[in-house]
Amino acid sequence: MENKVIICKGLTKRFGDFIAVDNITFEVQKGEIFGFLGANGAGKTTAMRMLCGLSKPTSGEANIAGFDVYKETEKIKKNIGYMSQKFSLYDDLTVLENINFFAGIYGLSDAEIKSNSQSLIESLGMQDLADKRVGSLPLGWKQKLAFSTAIIHKPEIVFLDEPTGGVDPLTRRQFWDLIYEASGNGITIFVTTHYMDEAEYCDRVSIMVDGRVEALESPSNLKKQFNVGSMDEVFYHLAREAKRGE
Amino acid sequence: MKQFFTFINKEFLHVLRDRKTLLILFGMPVVQILIFGFALTNEVKNSKIVVVDYAKDVASKEIINKIEASRYFEIDHILSGTNELETAFKTGKIKMAVVFPENFNSNLLHQNKAQIQIIADASDPNQATTLTNYASSIIADYQSQMNQLNLAPYRIQPQIKMLYNPQLKGAPNFVPGVMALILMLICVMMTAISIVKEKEMGTMEILLVSPFKSILVILSKAVPYLILSTINVASILLLSFFVLELPIKGNLFLLFSESILFIITCLTLGIFISVKTDSMQTAMLLSLMGMLLPTLLFSGFMFPVENMPIPLQIFSNIVPAKWYYIIVKRIMIEGLGFAAVWKETLILIGTTIFLLFISLKSFKIRMS
Amino acid sequence: MRILRFLLIKEFKQIFRNRAILAIILAMPVIQLIILPLAANYEVKNINLAVIDNNHSDYSRDLITKVTSSGYFRLTGYSQSYRKALHLVEEDKADIILEIPKNFEKELLTENQQQLFITINAVNGTKAGLGGGYISSIIQEYNNQIRVKNIVPDKFNPMPAIEITSSNWYNPNLNYQLYMVPGVLAMLVTLVGGFLSALNIVKEKEGGTIEQINVSPIKKYHFILGKLIPFWILGNVVFGLGLIVSWIFYGIVPLGSILLLYGFVVLYLLAILGFGLLVSTFCETQQQAMLIMFFFIMIFVLMGGLFTSIDSMPEWAKTVSRFNPVSYFIDVMRMVIIKGSTFQDIKPHMLIIICFAIVLNFAAVLNYRKTS
Repeated sequence: MENKVIICKGLTKRFGDFIAVDNITFEVQKGEIFGFLGANGAGKTTAMRMLCGLSKPTSGEANIAGFDVYKETEKIKKNIGYMSQKFSLYDDLTVLENINFFAGIYGLSDAEIKSNSQSLIESLGMQDLADKRVGSLPLGWKQKLAFSTAIIHKPEIVFLDEPTGGVDPLTRRQFWDLIYEASGNGITIFVTTHYMDEAEYCDRVSIMVDGRVEALESPSNLKKQFNVGSMDEVFYHLAREAKRGE
Repeated sequence: MKQFFTFINKEFLHVLRDRKTLLILFGMPVVQILIFGFALTNEVKNSKIVVVDYAKDVASKEIINKIEASRYFEIDHILSGTNELETAFKTGKIKMAVVFPENFNSNLLHQNKAQIQIIADASDPNQATTLTNYASSIIADYQSQMNQLNLAPYRIQPQIKMLYNPQLKGAPNFVPGVMALILMLICVMMTAISIVKEKEMGTMEILLVSPFKSILVILSKAVPYLILSTINVASILLLSFFVLELPIKGNLFLLFSESILFIITCLTLGIFISVKTDSMQTAMLLSLMGMLLPTLLFSGFMFPVENMPIPLQIFSNIVPAKWYYIIVKRIMIEGLGFAAVWKETLILIGTTIFLLFISLKSFKIRMS
Repeated sequence: MRILRFLLIKEFKQIFRNRAILAIILAMPVIQLIILPLAANYEVKNINLAVIDNNHSDYSRDLITKVTSSGYFRLTGYSQSYRKALHLVEEDKADIILEIPKNFEKELLTENQQQLFITINAVNGTKAGLGGGYISSIIQEYNNQIRVKNIVPDKFNPMPAIEITSSNWYNPNLNYQLYMVPGVLAMLVTLVGGFLSALNIVKEKEGGTIEQINVSPIKKYHFILGKLIPFWILGNVVFGLGLIVSWIFYGIVPLGSILLLYGFVVLYLLAILGFGLLVSTFCETQQQAMLIMFFFIMIFVLMGGLFTSIDSMPEWAKTVSRFNPVSYFIDVMRMVIIKGSTFQDIKPHMLIIICFAIVLNFAAVLNYRKTS
């Protein structure tokens, strides 16, 4: 129990007749990098929104960082970070202002805000860009900044919803360096992605098909299990069974 | 042509999908007709007044009863002294006070002369004037009953005839105005916003790279609003006919043709704004501040244009709604034919062609 | 409180960064306050008069001079026939036709009785009503003059006469702008507050940034307060600007206490901002929010007694206007500015507005959902 930060049992979300997430069960260890894969429309984002307390589950149980997703969503929110698919920092505020704002609303003290934002900007190498409006930055920078901002309050878990969509391979590589660094600092990473090379970087991955978790293993074990050479093929193997389209 | 319909179909789906907006677009004319038709009357009635009666005699009682009986006034209470007047006015409910001095009746009988003081709250000047006039005429009435003045010599009797609207209702004036306002709102604002929205979301580029003529892409966005507005014209006319009991005196076909012409003018105005702006917020503010308020102010249906300072009167000429308002008023209320509105019609046609021309031109410049 | 501070810093930065919008927020009310009362002039004068004088006598000329010199009427011309005069009415060149019959002078003096024909274009009921009233009373006065001139005084003396003295309090010159400016200012403050607050939360929804806020431990009321306070301050600034503009351009200085006015505006803004935020929590797009807000503000303003008196409305409309915050605001503005009403006078208004503020903001907080 101590080192399990996400416990999820039979979690389900229905929208009318449509079962977006169908009875999923898994656990994530502290400090783990957990890849949450699935085709478009498989239910990844819905599942993640439930775990973050943005959406109420229809049934099932889930416990995030020791708190219940039904009753203690506000406590969960103190202990997690979140970065959505859609880029969501304020375009009309500068880099520094965005960092200060999000640090502030997570209740950091002035001294902490100052030192954290300083080190964040330095570690991203954005000293020259600190006073630039976020709207004027290239997408790659924005995403790195959004990730760093999402963990500015040193949460236990950070949820990343397709964080690297639409950026070049070099930036993606740099982004994963940031993830490793955060993981090294004891932050659990819960990440969805479409890139199978990124799946290889994860400690364990789950693959969702039609709202259910069809596989849950380390990448190397999965490859062994399906007797294939790459995660691409594992994914292809599972996802072609899917009945629902996009 | 088939492609054009494909586009129009897509635009219709956009419009129909947003239920909240659709509800407002159809609900707006209904609510406006009801408000303007029933709630906003300029006639004065049931105004609360107070009476200060120092006399408390037969004559003052009779006059008070006469005032009480009229539909213009409602006596809120009777004060014992003028020193309470100030408070009565300041709490806002009382619009006028009638003061009878001591010995009112005996003065009237013995000295042939007595005074009544009328004090009006003139913060609303028109209301004050109207109320003072009503009260005076009630008192004059009492006096002539007393004197049987009807037998007085050299009587001039004005015979007043009210044309078109003998009951002085508000509706004949407001309905044409509401029509102009609604059409302006839907056609200008909604078209402008929906085009700029596609620009902002980047979907416009996709449409523009299709083999379809780009100007038709823009035009197809206007079509759903053309139909929507025509439905609204019909519903306003039906409402004003059945609910406000306001008959359409002129030719219905002519009225509809002129309305469609005005709708097209508004649509080109919307397209013009959308060609010139890039952000939704700008388009909104432009159409709201730049179009709706002038329509409300300068079309002449709320406020008489001839009372305005000369520069504003001149400005009012470039507001298309003013011309449409005149057209509707003449056809619908006064029952006149095309001969009475051809000038206004030409102005609308000219405006439309001019707007279309400059939008096309700046659109082409953008494309290259 | 700390969290609120960060929300406020962020909101203010965003407001001040968007120069175009800020300029519109501040300049629009000023310009409108200057132009609107000039345009929204219901003062009825310059009524266009067409005269058909079939008599051409000293009496008829006297009457015409009396009518045209009253200041209410503007003579557009003499017509030969009623048909021609009617044509002037159809073209909106004349509002009233005064027809003097052929034997006006002769019959008046010999038969003691004569008629005048007045035709009024009544499409605009107010104008027609007031115009008719003016011309009747001028004719009445003229009639009295003729009597005085032609009758031996002692024959008339025994008749008792009631002398009516009328006075117009608070606005003795019947200055229409004094009436309009406070109302228009109330409308503008409502517009600024209502639209800004309605568009704001929706903008965060459309931009996706609201997700980032929703996963944070921010309390709902913090978020709503963070949105409320900046616009509240801005609204107060706009109101102050409006008072200055009405002083400079119209020479209007509140008769009552400015402090009292501000005391009311402070509460009123809370109510109207709460309403805007409530609308905002219901909508998904800025287009929707704006349209809905426009719809309500239009009803609020029109039924709030800005242009027409609430007393004259039918019962159902009076009931509706009791639930209309704008009507209380317009009322208080006119009471304090024109009549110098005191705190005691406007206390009921104030209590009602406090209720509005509490209910609307409470509803906005309730309806803002962090989870779906």
